[in-house]
Amino acid sequence: MSVPVSAPVAERSWQRFSPGLRLARFAFYLCTVAAFAVSLRTIEIIPEFLYDAPEQMADLFGRMWPPDANYLGPTLAALVETLHIATLGTLLALAMAVPVGLLAARNLTPSLPLNLLAKFVFVTSRSVNSLVWALLFVAVFGPGPLAGTLAIAFRSIGFTGKLFAEALEESSPGSIEALTAAGAGRLSTLVFGYWPQVKPAFWSIALFRWDINIRESAVLGLVGAGGIGVALDTALNLLYWDQVAVVLAAIFSVVVLAEIVVTLVRNRVL
Amino acid sequence: MRPAMPAPGPGRPGALVLRGLVKEYRPGQPVLRGIDLVVPDTGLTAIIGPSGTGKSTLIRCINRLVQPTAGEILFRGEDLAKLSGRPLRRARRRIGMVFQEYNLVERLSVMENLLCGRLGYVPAWRAWLRRFPQADVERAFDLLDSVGLSGFATRRADALSGGQRQRVGIARAIMQEPEIILADEPTSSLDPKSSVEIMEILVQLAADRGVPVVVNIHNVALARRFASRIVGMSGGHVVYDGPPEGLADQDLRGIYGGENWLE
Repeated sequence: MSVPVSAPVAERSWQRFSPGLRLARFAFYLCTVAAFAVSLRTIEIIPEFLYDAPEQMADLFGRMWPPDANYLGPTLAALVETLHIATLGTLLALAMAVPVGLLAARNLTPSLPLNLLAKFVFVTSRSVNSLVWALLFVAVFGPGPLAGTLAIAFRSIGFTGKLFAEALEESSPGSIEALTAAGAGRLSTLVFGYWPQVKPAFWSIALFRWDINIRESAVLGLVGAGGIGVALDTALNLLYWDQVAVVLAAIFSVVVLAEIVVTLVRNRVL
Repeated sequence: MRPAMPAPGPGRPGALVLRGLVKEYRPGQPVLRGIDLVVPDTGLTAIIGPSGTGKSTLIRCINRLVQPTAGEILFRGEDLAKLSGRPLRRARRRIGMVFQEYNLVERLSVMENLLCGRLGYVPAWRAWLRRFPQADVERAFDLLDSVGLSGFATRRADALSGGQRQRVGIARAIMQEPEIILADEPTSSLDPKSSVEIMEILVQLAADRGVPVVVNIHNVALARRFASRIVGMSGGHVVYDGPPEGLADQDLRGIYGGENWLE
């Protein structure tokens, strides 16, 4: 076969985006700039407060120093309560999120109404901040750690359940197909096919949520739902800034500690 | 010499009889256009044909991983196309399957993957607690010896090579104590040497247990070497059905189309 030496080359142009797409991208950028401008006007910066902010900060830190060492005892007791609220709340949340997660995963539950019901549960759980959940449970069960634990649990269902369902949906269909071909029932494919595949994701989600919940449960006391937030609220209301400093330092160190624990455990599990 | 198409009579029923099997993924566009096939009681039946001609669909229709649109799948006299729920699972556990991409549960050990073959027999809670009958565990160890994977029981499946994974895949299918084995391109992801070894193991284990094998295969040379019968498919039809010695270049042209590739 002979190759044509000088074939006439037609003028061909190429562009990454079609004209419609380019227009859409321009509109998107325009909207972003407009949204930024509108937001800036809405937050209403008061210049007078902005100017003396550094002074105010210095004053605050001055009142905090030296921290009140006598307040350490009650703070630590409240801190332990906070840890209990976070841990128990996370466990409760997982117990509720796993069955709902199974319903939400489209490959496991091929029924649109059930998927939507599960998604609705997740959205309900996540749409309300844990402080609002806490207010609700304080009204029902009275102030104390029980309200805080339930607030943490209900707020976490949506987060853990949604991520668990997504992990289930991403599991490899090949292995499941093989188990199905061997005549395995639904429960058997769940424990022998899906679970080994989603196990790392599950523990990772559980630890991550526990980590978040320690931070969240620290503020629940502001609405009377127990934990270290109560100690913080009391100190703030009495304007004992040296006690506030102790509480803030305690919260900070427990968050750092939780981070370290989570990293260590995660390396072991995965 | 084996008859080209054993007649399904009372004397020789055939392990598996397909009658008028049709599969449409989209209405009006059939992939399988009325397949009639009798799989004999013994030996290896190789299905060859170009990609996209419905070989995988055919084999997946048999154990209902794919739902056939019309037709009968008679397995030991029972129509699999009509089953659902528990009777379907009961039928599936009598049909072993080997996959192209092995389809092992990657994060489980080799032993656990073999025991997957018993999931149709063992209740889920026992599987969850890994309390399988001792007889199953012993048989799994024996099978690991016979596929050449002695000492691999506690290795994780994702630590194995392709050839080793497919050995586990075959052993898993045999663990079911199947009455027939389906293999969907079991050697397509393997190098030539491993392909031959895998085919040898498959044929040997099946023959030892008197189990017929249906295998989809791209490699015509391998099909000729190991099959006792070859079924050629093209365009959703069976266009050749007979012994490997009878497969001429002319038949291959009929199956795959074109000529130049044969030289």
